[in-house]
Amino acid sequence: MVVAALSCVLVLLALAPLAIAVRASSRASILIYGACLLVTLTLAIIALLALLGHAGPATAVTLPLGLPWLGAHFRIDALSAFFLLVIDLGGAAASLFALGYGRHEEEPGRILPFYPAYLAAMNVVLLAADAFSFLVAWEVMSLASWALVIAHHRDSENLRAGYVYLLMAGFGTLMLLLTFGLLAAGSGSYDFETIRAAHPTAGAAALVLILALLGAGSKAGLVPLHAWLPLAHPAAPSHVSALMSGVMTKVAVYGFIRIVFDLVGAPAWWWSMPVLALGAASAVMGVLYALMQRDLKRVLAYSTIENIGIVFVALGLALAFEASAMESAAALALTAALLHVFNHSLFKNLLFCGAGAVLAATGERDLEKLGGLIHRMPQTAFVFLIGATAISALPPLNGFVSEWLTFQAILLSPQLPSWGLKLMVPAVGALLALSAALAAACFIRVFGIAFLGRPRSAAATAAHETDTNSLSAMYALAALCFVAGILPGLFIDALAPVTRLIVGQSMHAQSAIEWLSIVPIAESRSSYNGLLVFVFMAMSGLIAAFIIHRLASDRIRRGPAWGCGYPDAGPRTQYSADSFAQPIRRVFGTLIFSARENGEMPPPGSVAPARLTVTLRDPVWDWLYAPISAFIAYAGEKLNTLQFLTIRRYLSLVFAALVLLLLVLAIWP
Amino acid sequence: MAVIADFAFQGAQMLLVLLLAPLLTGFVRKVKARLLRRQGPPLTQPYRDLIRLLRKDVVLADNASWLFRVVPYLVFAATWVAASLVPTFRSGLMFSWTADLIAIISLLGSARFFLALAGMDVGTAFGGIGSSREAMIASLAEPAMLMIVFAIALIAGSTQLSTMAAFMNSPEVGLRVSLGLGLIALVIVAIAENARIPVDNPATHLELTMVHEAMVLEYSGRHLALIELSAMLKLLLYMSLIACLFAPWGIGGAGAGAGLLLIGVGAYVAKLAGGGFLLAVFETSIAKMRVFRVPEFLVAALMLALLATLLRFVSRSF
Repeated sequence: MVVAALSCVLVLLALAPLAIAVRASSRASILIYGACLLVTLTLAIIALLALLGHAGPATAVTLPLGLPWLGAHFRIDALSAFFLLVIDLGGAAASLFALGYGRHEEEPGRILPFYPAYLAAMNVVLLAADAFSFLVAWEVMSLASWALVIAHHRDSENLRAGYVYLLMAGFGTLMLLLTFGLLAAGSGSYDFETIRAAHPTAGAAALVLILALLGAGSKAGLVPLHAWLPLAHPAAPSHVSALMSGVMTKVAVYGFIRIVFDLVGAPAWWWSMPVLALGAASAVMGVLYALMQRDLKRVLAYSTIENIGIVFVALGLALAFEASAMESAAALALTAALLHVFNHSLFKNLLFCGAGAVLAATGERDLEKLGGLIHRMPQTAFVFLIGATAISALPPLNGFVSEWLTFQAILLSPQLPSWGLKLMVPAVGALLALSAALAAACFIRVFGIAFLGRPRSAAATAAHETDTNSLSAMYALAALCFVAGILPGLFIDALAPVTRLIVGQSMHAQSAIEWLSIVPIAESRSSYNGLLVFVFMAMSGLIAAFIIHRLASDRIRRGPAWGCGYPDAGPRTQYSADSFAQPIRRVFGTLIFSARENGEMPPPGSVAPARLTVTLRDPVWDWLYAPISAFIAYAGEKLNTLQFLTIRRYLSLVFAALVLLLLVLAIWP
Repeated sequence: MAVIADFAFQGAQMLLVLLLAPLLTGFVRKVKARLLRRQGPPLTQPYRDLIRLLRKDVVLADNASWLFRVVPYLVFAATWVAASLVPTFRSGLMFSWTADLIAIISLLGSARFFLALAGMDVGTAFGGIGSSREAMIASLAEPAMLMIVFAIALIAGSTQLSTMAAFMNSPEVGLRVSLGLGLIALVIVAIAENARIPVDNPATHLELTMVHEAMVLEYSGRHLALIELSAMLKLLLYMSLIACLFAPWGIGGAGAGAGLLLIGVGAYVAKLAGGGFLLAVFETSIAKMRVFRVPEFLVAALMLALLATLLRFVSRSF
């Protein structure tokens, strides 16, 4: 299994130089994306087999690479198999989409070599079983995605996004480096096997948790470490945005689970609190930011932050339950987290592909310039609608199932012994409910403004349906969203080996329950049946349609819109993205974003237009990043004088430093 | 045989809610009219309105898309399924485990999602204003509703409505602070969700004050009939929900005989009448709020529900 997976990765790596060689050819993108599609599909099948327990005997392999005394360890267990499946399904869908979308690329040579390398690096992160290979792969993943972010380098905004991304990726890797350093210091080796066997002291373990939360959290986009994400994800070409948002954030979640649940050992009771707090903050802040954006892809990027928040809330609950030895509840919470990881990878890929199709058809990402696309791109609109419904956590699609499981896990938490958690979990639950409701508002806005109504620009009027490859990728993802929504039991059962590995127990088998319901604990307590909900809805809708058309009336007349009798006033009078968000901006934004609306009326008698200016401030940027960057600028200014000293002063500085270091050595216990 | 009976009960409940919903709306209108010393339309007026609308042609706006034509059926289906999953005269129905209370609330969320989209489909300013305000109200009402569900689920130990109703009917409930807070919050949410005064006015003719009515402004004929019927079903659903959770007396258990079932139906109709009367009295005695006072109203519900949940987390006896 591992060998097969590694050979696939090798093929992906080999595609990178090949892409450089053939980049000028007109068929280069078909060759590279086609090969990526095949390889990622193979990897997904390997991962699925490994997850379902058909793995061959050899699941671990050590290659003579990397550190000479360590070698490179690779291993597939249930956890990495699940995440491999998520990543390679997403990778396959993005590659299929790119087969069509890639033709719009002006400079394919800036994307083609990095794309397979990026996919390969993400796979290696999951396969790695020692800290060195993990970190090297992690860094290659960051750098490859950075190269993809600045692929359209003529746009200065993309360069800024790349710069911020590079800084934050460096910060994240540094934190992970320290994490593994601490773990290795306790165990004496960088090999995961040895680290797992050792038991770090409570202080070291706590430090590892914090560092892992910072390191993996910055890659996943947890608030307040998210600043790079809404800049970088939209800047990349759309299929890469899909990978970054739908897939790479999942690699970060994997890193967090691997370190905190697997490597460190038994959690302390308070570990869940920072995870829950950051998760809940990300969930609400992410979706509120998303509601304020006008850029279609940026909305989607912020919504990724929201979904990562939901995943981390579920992970925090799992930590809390595990620390209190409530294994079955921990299994429920962890299943919810993993299922949401899977679901989010599906619908976020789908939505980013849809945004890519819109971008290719109109050249616009600005919601205020779109509109009416449901008439010109009916198929894209249909699949985008499925994705929007799924991400809004509405039954009978898949997003609802994982949120429902998270709520069920929250309902088990009054049994937690710690008082801090007893007070915290209800608040987290309320924030989660708030984020779910706001997500629905956010996607009503996105779909309603971009696809419904009348076109707001010439580009939107001239849009046309996207190509077959892109459409088939989106249809495949939409179908998976649907299946995962109506048959969640199958997917929950597939997660059982992962939860058994991580928390020692799994939810009881769901596919054996009659009518394919899902029952987390007991039927008298809670159950949900997506299949029946769908069948009932379809039946009652169809019966209503049939009866009404048969017995009452089925005639339709077309006429101008009613609009309360006002004559047709042109598409500019429609609600816009900003005006749709205005009530929510007024309710939530005045507090969080210090949103101010300033209306300027012309003096009486003047025919000048009135103006409405809205100002929003980003609290995280204002309170965290701006002071840090100001401090660095200040310190740089001050330290600059050190560049212009005389040789005497330099020598005395060297001497002072030497004395200081010797003193430290002497005093150090 | 038992399976057939089970199916029959489930079918009976689906038909019952569908048939009673217009009557309830007619009753509320009638009581309101009487309280204003008007004669008011007869109780059967909503049925006549629906039939009249069903027979009329649909006038579609020129640029209405397929979504606009599908949404009425979707909204109706989601609301009807949700309404028939709330226990009315008998609990533990055949498919009662299909969706628990969280799922029922989310089904209504699906209905609202599509209705709000339909409001934006034609591209008029009124549709947009309705959708945008509906989204704002929902963004506060839904979390409040979920917290109410949490509070009650923590008392009853279940999110399954049948189990919850059975628990509420048992003597172990007693008087609890959290239940009281939950009831107040649930009433506020129900008023907001059903677009009643003081949040919205179902009988308004002034476009700028409308929320729900502005959203469905472009609908006509059978589409409008379905949307009106869904709104009536939703009102019935919330009344049944409040009755099932806070006045579960008379709901027959899973093995109830014919006599108990008759009592169940009678009690249910009586509860609806009582609820409708209270709603009418409340609506006539209060004025509509400004749109931006609504969030404060709803945040109060959210806070009450959160408090109720917190109390449950702190101690089992509240």
